Amino acid sequence: MAVRLKDMLKREPILSSGHRMCAGCAAPTVVKLMGMALRGPTIVCEATGCLEVATTIYPFTAWKIPWIHVAFENAAAVASGVVEAINAMRDKGRYKDEQVDVIAIGGDGGTFDIGFGALSGALERGHKFVYMVYDNGAYQNTGIQRSGGTFPGQETTTSWAGKVEPGKRQRKKPLAEIVAAHKIPYVATVDPYHYRDFITKFRKALEADGPAFIHAFSPCPRGWRSDTSKSIELAKLAVETGLHPLYEVIDGKEWIMSGPSKRLKELRPVDEYFKTQGQFKHLFKPEWAEFRAWIQEEVLKDWEELKRKCGVS
Amino acid sequence: MPKTSYSMPVVGSTGKTGSWRTFDPVIDYDSCIKCRTCWLYCPEASIDIDEEGYPRIDLDYCKGCGICAQVCPKKCIEMVRGEVAREGGDA
Repeated sequence: MAVRLKDMLKREPILSSGHRMCAGCAAPTVVKLMGMALRGPTIVCEATGCLEVATTIYPFTAWKIPWIHVAFENAAAVASGVVEAINAMRDKGRYKDEQVDVIAIGGDGGTFDIGFGALSGALERGHKFVYMVYDNGAYQNTGIQRSGGTFPGQETTTSWAGKVEPGKRQRKKPLAEIVAAHKIPYVATVDPYHYRDFITKFRKALEADGPAFIHAFSPCPRGWRSDTSKSIELAKLAVETGLHPLYEVIDGKEWIMSGPSKRLKELRPVDEYFKTQGQFKHLFKPEWAEFRAWIQEEVLKDWEELKRKCGVS
Repeated sequence: MPKTSYSMPVVGSTGKTGSWRTFDPVIDYDSCIKCRTCWLYCPEASIDIDEEGYPRIDLDYCKGCGICAQVCPKKCIEMVRGEVAREGGDA
């Protein structure tokens, strides 16, 4: 890598202050870390979501780099259009910049559910762009509805917890694995606490020869009913409990577990993560003890399977 | 006029978000080791590094989330129930 991590860490944030993201939201930190990994002119295509709604209120924007807002479902499709438009203009000699990176950003709703078709299509066509999902576990922007990225046991406004239901019953969609199955050059999961890991991986994604995918974990104090100051700590805890393990997949076949996850001797119990948030508090009632045990079991199973794929014992 | 409408990047695109704040971050500069951790994690980008390398918080935009106080390795940032916001007249 020509640019050292130490120098990247001194870059100015690409998002200016005074935007409307909630206090304590980790998504602007995710964008800031993404900005540090950039290697030159960059165009960002962003699907509708918290980040889009809160940072770009016409006629102003908090983004210091070129940015396009697209509909909920087609961030990946627009990004592929931008890539190909640049290629076509370059062929005709109408485009001066040597190299432009295109990044598509979506929230977990816009990626796991609504934009999934467009994402899958763009990956199949093989345009050279990076897709980053910032995953805060629900449609937080429209009022905390459940999404494919919601954890089992999580209470949202469309999966209420009560006497009959323990919140969402279904598993979380293993999106990074699904994307890796497209055999694209680079897939990685990241979180804002491990910033070195984050920036290094994002840079790798930009340098990949073809589409790349980044799954960023992004705590949301509003929707998760957690303390605003704990967001970064929660990101760390999600890695340590195995709810969001960090790994890379190269060409869909080579699985590499990243340092922060690899260094864990054993996972911390998921209860430690659940205790920090109001959205999981019902799980500690006696009637849901069994359900909580099931979640823990599933997390451990997934962890063992991931270790096997990565060849870590 | 440009052919398509576009937004201009500005600081404070949605106004002075410092008015959201309940707790003000107060830095103890004697124990600060200039590690820049608070600057790195601040979601609001409202922390600047001055010439000497110390963090300075822009209270016009700081939302008072307390992430800086939580990540500080020396625990030298304290969240104090705000007087600064009240002086602004909108607390």
